[in-house]
Amino acid sequence: MLELNHVSKLFNPGTPDEKIALIDIQLKLNPGDFVTVIGSNGAGKSTLMNIISGVLKPDLGDVKIGGTSISHLPEFQRSRWIGRVFQDPMAGTAPTMTIEENLAMAYRRGKPRGLSWGVSAARRKLFREQLQRLGLGLENRLKAKVGLLSGGERQALSLLMATFTKPDILLLDEHTAALDPARAELITRLTESIVREMKLTTLMVTHNMEQAIRLGNRLIMMDKGRIILDIPENRKRDLTVPQLLAEFERISGHKLADDRVVLG
Amino acid sequence: MFQSLTGAVELGLMYALLALGVYITFRILDFPDLTVDGSFATGGAIAAVMISHGYEAWIATLAAFAGGLAAGACTGLLHTKGKINGLLSGILMMIALYSINIRIMGKPNVSLINADTLFSPIDSVTWKYILVLAIVVFAIKLLLDAFLHTDKGLALRATGDNNRMIRSFGGNTDNATILGISLSNGLVAISGALIAQDSGFADVTMGVGMIVIGLASVIIGEAILGTRGVFWTTFAVVIGSIVYRIVLALAYRAEWLKLKSTDLKLITALIVIVALVIPTIRRHYKQKSNARKRTAELAVSARGKGGI
Repeated sequence: MLELNHVSKLFNPGTPDEKIALIDIQLKLNPGDFVTVIGSNGAGKSTLMNIISGVLKPDLGDVKIGGTSISHLPEFQRSRWIGRVFQDPMAGTAPTMTIEENLAMAYRRGKPRGLSWGVSAARRKLFREQLQRLGLGLENRLKAKVGLLSGGERQALSLLMATFTKPDILLLDEHTAALDPARAELITRLTESIVREMKLTTLMVTHNMEQAIRLGNRLIMMDKGRIILDIPENRKRDLTVPQLLAEFERISGHKLADDRVVLG
Repeated sequence: MFQSLTGAVELGLMYALLALGVYITFRILDFPDLTVDGSFATGGAIAAVMISHGYEAWIATLAAFAGGLAAGACTGLLHTKGKINGLLSGILMMIALYSINIRIMGKPNVSLINADTLFSPIDSVTWKYILVLAIVVFAIKLLLDAFLHTDKGLALRATGDNNRMIRSFGGNTDNATILGISLSNGLVAISGALIAQDSGFADVTMGVGMIVIGLASVIIGEAILGTRGVFWTTFAVVIGSIVYRIVLALAYRAEWLKLKSTDLKLITALIVIVALVIPTIRRHYKQKSNARKRTAELAVSARGKGGI
């Protein structure tokens, strides 16, 4: 479904600040794969997400979705295939617009936007049904401005907006990191059920080791711009956090260092 | 007295389209667009030249709209594709339009005395004049409201609100920005065309300070009526434009103020400054007192529990 071939990215090439963000990345996601990504600070996790979504262009290599190369397409055109949830709960929604208007924009993901009503009666009915799945009562607040919602509610809405039109690829970039533990747990549960129900091909960056093991069918470990370990489903099932950390240290030669890392 | 008030309402309605244009760029797109000073005069110039050459007034007004759209699109292109700072793109277009406007007119001003304007058929009856203007302005306001609730309009609003988000859903923010600035200047140009026809001439300097007048109307309207939703806010902006004119008319009538007509721009600037500064000060003190109240509460409850 998603394929990265020999993708490399340098920041500030040729200057004293030169930094290898990604070096010769090979990654292939099969349809229905739910891959969690862990790694230390500066391992290239976010760069990987940005390369796939089109925010950054690779210096070398190719990104393919469903066999078609999308490397030359800007971010907004790739959204036809890609749904995305950001780390910052403020980033995924438009605060001065209402819940239903936000959903209406998500509903047209990757499609041309014309002069039909953003929120028609039929669409509103659909939005209400979809919001009910979140179990947060947002279906009764369709006309509330999104800026009035809590961070957790906004992130739940972002998740719904990114997924309810069934993207080919779902990118989750530490989307529970900015929430308190209870809300993070809620979003994690929602993520799990939505991805399972819709069989979405998902790539999720997380700093929560326990979450990385519990969710998904594959686990990728990154360090210094490389994928250093790719754990398949059968091995991942019995993995524990200490084992994972030990494994990381063994391969990379240093401890997993991330100031926000949660061992779970 | 009554006459100066009806005159103020008439002017307020004509300038309301300018205010709606400024609302689109300043509030919806969050883009401080100074093209307005040029495109207002462009609208006036196109309308005046065409009418004085015998074209129907409504065709001339539509042509003014098209001229404004084109001017705004240029600013949008400079900013999005040329990556020029927003303020500077507007200033560049404003300066360029000064020369273009003189080219359009062939001279610095064009008179419309004795020409048939949009207002000629209704000129003699004040209430008709106001009624027709009000209907036209509200029709345009409703069209704008409707547009801002379509898929394209939602994408335009999201571009100003959270462009990262709308890009992640496939919205082309560059195109939305160009469209918004273009539409804004189109409305501004219609406003200029109406003013030229009402006052009987177009002048290359007629646009000077229009951006501030538009902004004053937006701010006054929002301050009086608030900003619940698009439909309400555009209404507030129209009312703001009328109130602004009434306030000016009253200020000029107060003879003890000894105001001259050239003081207009100073007064406008003062209104905008006051309207911008007061909410900031108020917010500052409110936050301070809220924080103090809340900490006091917490301190009391902590003491009640016998400390920590």
